[in-house]
Amino acid sequence: MEAFGLLLHGFAVLLTWKTLVLMMVGLVLGIFVGVLPGLGGPNGVAILLPLTFTMDPTSAIVMLSCIYWGALFGGAITSILFNIPGEAWSVATTFDGYPMAQQGRAAEALTAAFTSSFIGSLVAVLLITFLAPMISSFALKFGPPEFFAVYLLTFCSFVGLGREAKHKTIISMSLGLLLAGIGMDTVSGNLRMTFGSPELLRGINFLVAVIGLFGISEILLTMEERLALRGHAASISLRVVLGVWKDLPKYWVTLLRSSFIGCWLGITPGGAIAASFMGYNLAKRFAKEPESFGKGRIEGVFAPETAAHASGTSALLPMLALGIPGSGTAAILLGGLMVWGLNPGPLLFVEHKDFVWGLIASMYLGNVVGLVLVLTTVPIFASILRVPFAAVAPMIVVSCAIGAYAIQNAMFDIWLMLGFGVVGYVFKKIGIPLAPFTLALVLGNRAEDAFRLSMIGSGGTLKVFWSNGLVGSITTLAIVLLFWPLIEGLLGRVGWKAAR
Amino acid sequence: MSQTDIEIVVDDPTAPEDDSPSVVSSGTIEIVVCLLLLALAVTLGYDNWRTGASWDSTGPEPGYFPFYLSVILGGGSLYGLIAALVAHRKAAETFVTHAQARRVLAVFVPTLLFCLVMQFLGLYVASFLLIAGFMRFVGKIALWKSLLTAFLFTAIMFVTFDVAFDVIMPKGPLEAAFGR
Repeated sequence: MEAFGLLLHGFAVLLTWKTLVLMMVGLVLGIFVGVLPGLGGPNGVAILLPLTFTMDPTSAIVMLSCIYWGALFGGAITSILFNIPGEAWSVATTFDGYPMAQQGRAAEALTAAFTSSFIGSLVAVLLITFLAPMISSFALKFGPPEFFAVYLLTFCSFVGLGREAKHKTIISMSLGLLLAGIGMDTVSGNLRMTFGSPELLRGINFLVAVIGLFGISEILLTMEERLALRGHAASISLRVVLGVWKDLPKYWVTLLRSSFIGCWLGITPGGAIAASFMGYNLAKRFAKEPESFGKGRIEGVFAPETAAHASGTSALLPMLALGIPGSGTAAILLGGLMVWGLNPGPLLFVEHKDFVWGLIASMYLGNVVGLVLVLTTVPIFASILRVPFAAVAPMIVVSCAIGAYAIQNAMFDIWLMLGFGVVGYVFKKIGIPLAPFTLALVLGNRAEDAFRLSMIGSGGTLKVFWSNGLVGSITTLAIVLLFWPLIEGLLGRVGWKAAR
Repeated sequence: MSQTDIEIVVDDPTAPEDDSPSVVSSGTIEIVVCLLLLALAVTLGYDNWRTGASWDSTGPEPGYFPFYLSVILGGGSLYGLIAALVAHRKAAETFVTHAQARRVLAVFVPTLLFCLVMQFLGLYVASFLLIAGFMRFVGKIALWKSLLTAFLFTAIMFVTFDVAFDVIMPKGPLEAAFGR
C-alpha cells in the first residue's frame, strides 16, 4: 500500500518534540474555546489562527487542526454537564447526555461522548487516508472546465440542499463572490471595484473577514445572553472508562451507522448539524425501546457524537483532495494554507507530500492524544466556566485584532474586521447563513479564474462545460442540485398523482 | 466519581432582563439590510459595467463575472425586501431588546474605542486599557484583579508576538520610550 508507507512517513515528520508540544498546546487551547460559551470549532480556529502565522506550514496545520479537534471535544463537556450545546451539532448530544448527568452518570456520558467522537473521527480519517490520494490523483487530470464544474457543484449544492431560505443563501454567496473579486483582477491585471481607494487594491483578505465574522460577531452574540450557569461537576475514573469501553461492542451497529452518515454528510455540504440529528433519529428509530431515548440512554450520546465528528473530520477530505472545503472550519483552514504559501488542490499531494501526510498523521495522533487528554482533565476544563466572561471577552477581542493586523500589517484591516463583526452579528440574527459567504470568499477568485481560463481555451463558448462525459455530468449534476427543491416538489406531485 | 448535585454555579450580575422591551423587530432590520445590499449591488454593478462586462474575443471581460454577481445579489435582496415587507405586517419578532442592546453596546463601544486608541498608543497599551477597563466597569471585577489580569495578558502577548515570533504590531509612545 503506497498510502500506508506515506502515512508512516507522515508520522515520522510529526514525531518531533516541537510538533508534539504544539499538538498539546493546540488541543488545550481548542478544548478551552470549545468549553467557553458561544465559541466553538470555526470561531476557535479563526481566533487562534494568528498564533500560527510564523510557523512552518506543517507545524501550523497540526496546531490548527488540533485546536479544531479540541474544540469538538470541548463542546461535548458543556452539552453534558451544563445542558448548553456549544455548537448546533452538540444539540442532539444534550438530549440524552444531560439526563445522564442528572442521574449521576455524568462520567459515563462524557466517556461515551469522547469515545464516540474518537471513533467517528477515526473512521473519517481512515476514509481520508485511502480516498483522498485517489481522488486527488484523479483530479490531476482536471483542466479549468472540470475545476469550474466542481466549484459550481459546490455552490449549487449549498443553495439547493441548504436548509436556510434560498434567497438568503444566494445573497450570502453572491456577496462573498463579489467581495472576493475586489482588487486586482488576476487574469487581465485590471482593477475592479476599488473606487480609487489604495486600501481596497489589496482586496478583502479572507482571514480578516473570517476573524470579524466568527470572532467579533460571536462575542456580540454571546453578550446578549444571560451568562449565568448551573451545572454538574464530574471527574472520570478509570473504572468508568473501562466499563463504557467494555460495552462498546454492543453498540457497533449504532456506531457504524452514525460514522457512515457523518462521512457522507461531511463530504457533501450537509454538514455536522444534519449528521448529528440524523444519527440520533436513526438510532432511535431502530432501537427496541425508542421511548427510552431522551431519558439518559447511552446510545443517545454515541449516535450524534459519532456522526458529528465523522462529519467534521471528513469535511477535510474535499479540501485536501480538491481544494474545496466541506465546512466553514475547513474553509478557514484552507485560508490558512494560502497564508502559509501553499496552493490547495490536487497538486498538494504531489508537491507537498510531507505537509499532507503530516496533516493526516496528525489527525490520527491528535485524536488519540485528545481522547486521553479530555478523559483525564475534565474537572479542570469544566471549571474554566468559572472564569467570568467579562475577562474572556476583551482578551478574545485583542486576539482577533492581533490576527487581523498580522496578516498584512494594515491598520485598515482592523476596521474591516470590526465591520465584518457587525455584519456577522446582523446576518446571524436575521438568518443569513455565513457558511456560503465564507466558502464563496475563499473560492471566488479560483472559480472565476477557472471559468475565464475555460473560456479562453474554448474560444468563448459555454459548450466547453459539456465537452466530455466527466465535465458534462458534473455540470449537469450542479444544475440539478441548484433546482433540487423544485425538482423534488415536481417529483412529489407526480408521485402523489400516480398514487391516487 | 460523578455527583448528582449541582456543583458549578456562575452568576451573571449584569444579565439582560427577560422582559425587556423590544428596540426593533427582525423584520425592520431585514428590510434595512436588504436595502443596503441592494444599494451595494447597484454601486458594484455600475462600477463593473464601467470596467467592461461584455465578452471580447478571449472570453469575458474583467467586469463580466462581478457584474452578473451584482445582478444576482440585487435580485436576491429585492426578493428578500419584498418577502420581509409582506411578512412585516403580521409577525413582529424581536431583533434585540433594550437590555440586550445595552449589553451588546457595552462590548461594541469599548471595542471601537480600542481600535481608535490603537492608532495612537499602539496595540499593547490599547489592549491593557481594554481588558482592565472592561473587567472593571462592565464585569464589576475588583480593580486589582482587573489590572493584574490585563497586565499579565498584555505582557504574554508582547513576549509571544514581539519578542519570540517577531510579529510586528502597531506601537506607540510607550514602546518607543523603552526603545522597542
